[in-house]
Amino acid sequence: MPRSPVEFLEGLGAAGLNAVAAIGRFGLFLARALGWAVVPPFKAQQTLQRIWFVGFRSLAVILLTGAFTGMVLGLQGMLMLRRVGSEAFVGPLVAIALVRELGPVLAALMVTGRAGSALAAEFGVMRITEQIDAMTVMALQPMRYLVVPTLVAGVIALPLLAWVFDVVGVLGGYLVTVSLFGLSPGTYFGQIRAFMDPTDLWVGFWKALAFGLLVTWVAAYKGFHVGHGAEGVGRATTEAVVLASILILVLDYLLGSVLP
Amino acid sequence: MTAGGAPGIRIEELQKRFGRQEVLRGVDLEVRPAELMVVIGRSGGGKSVLLRHLLGLVRPDGGRVMIDGQDVTALRGRALDRVRERFGVVFQGGALFDSQTVLENVLFPIREHRRVPRAELLPRARQALAQVGLAEMGHKYPAEISGGMRKRVAIARALVTEPAVVFLDEPTTGLDPILVNTIHHLVVELHRKSNFTAVMVSHEIPEIFAIAHRVAVLHEGRIRLVGTPDEVQRSDDPVVRQFIRGEVEERAV
Repeated sequence: MPRSPVEFLEGLGAAGLNAVAAIGRFGLFLARALGWAVVPPFKAQQTLQRIWFVGFRSLAVILLTGAFTGMVLGLQGMLMLRRVGSEAFVGPLVAIALVRELGPVLAALMVTGRAGSALAAEFGVMRITEQIDAMTVMALQPMRYLVVPTLVAGVIALPLLAWVFDVVGVLGGYLVTVSLFGLSPGTYFGQIRAFMDPTDLWVGFWKALAFGLLVTWVAAYKGFHVGHGAEGVGRATTEAVVLASILILVLDYLLGSVLP
Repeated sequence: MTAGGAPGIRIEELQKRFGRQEVLRGVDLEVRPAELMVVIGRSGGGKSVLLRHLLGLVRPDGGRVMIDGQDVTALRGRALDRVRERFGVVFQGGALFDSQTVLENVLFPIREHRRVPRAELLPRARQALAQVGLAEMGHKYPAEISGGMRKRVAIARALVTEPAVVFLDEPTTGLDPILVNTIHHLVVELHRKSNFTAVMVSHEIPEIFAIAHRVAVLHEGRIRLVGTPDEVQRSDDPVVRQFIRGEVEERAV
């Protein structure tokens, strides 16, 4: 159906306003949660449960993906560095790439797929079955009981998971380069020690921390602002995973250019 | 009313629209202290929306809701919570926390508000469950019990805090006629015991005429008629008549 230019402009303006309003809601959601995070009483039990769910339950996935990422890095690094006769540096290559980039990013993506989707679905179902309203009218704040423990769990669990990812990855790289390519174990670890800097560890830490907040924030927000019915929950879950994944990569670039 | 007893509720000129749809077009209704008021009306006619306004979950476009002398539509944060602490709410599907057992659900509001001494928490929760006839079900999860039981747990959870005002959003939806009567009798019995002010949204016609003190008919976003069950049933307002009879005939088929 042909539409007048005015209608088109109106639609464009409305879409723009909606987008800005949505970003505002997204930001306010975090601001309100952070407000509740500093007001006692703190919900230790709920927080521990969430750490267990976000962190411990993700461990198997992290171990598996970490090992294979390290192995791939070792393999490709070895093939590449052999061409320029610098195999000795494969250790630092694997370790620094993992610690600075791949550990935090891939761990965050794995947690998004495993825990982020589940959190969005859980909160979405709680919203449509009025469990969140029930908590609200009991004068007990869902922010305090649901969102804050989840955000705290993300901030605590992701740096730990990223470190596990790093360690397993370095061992995976060791397995390939030393056992398969015959590099000497001393060279592998020695060069890592020589080239790795504490700064690398800090960069990885700050990234993982930021991603931990980001993943749980997006998941909780999408769950709380779910549409109608089962379809709404499904959509919220998908949107949480897609949005969190994109934002992780964008934030990774931004942090990568800001951090030393 | 004084702060201790059951407060009255006064709804004045309440208006709400969602997009282009006018759901409430100026609702006026007074609920007397310790009264059991039942709001009836067509499905999708704004009954639940009205209730959500009373709970402070939705902000109106116009009008106000006075509970215990305070306008809940204007309250926020701590002040709103202080009013809500005197509420007990039974949601349509029960809204039980499905990650907690039945007993934990009933414990939750009294444990978190810390107004009940620690040693009395469990006995109080157990007693609340016993009141609704589910003393043995405490260890089960909401998913493991029947729909009727879930509603009763929701009632126990709403009443365990000894609220001054109780709101029930279609507490019998989806139950068979025997269970509907069971729940209704439970509400009446608990009301007689605790003497709270109650607002119940329902479409159980004619069953609710047997339990309501007064009935309000919500029609096209306004209160069409308020009166005792007798007055409403004898009303010669064609809209009210058709609504009541229509529902009865539907039932008979």
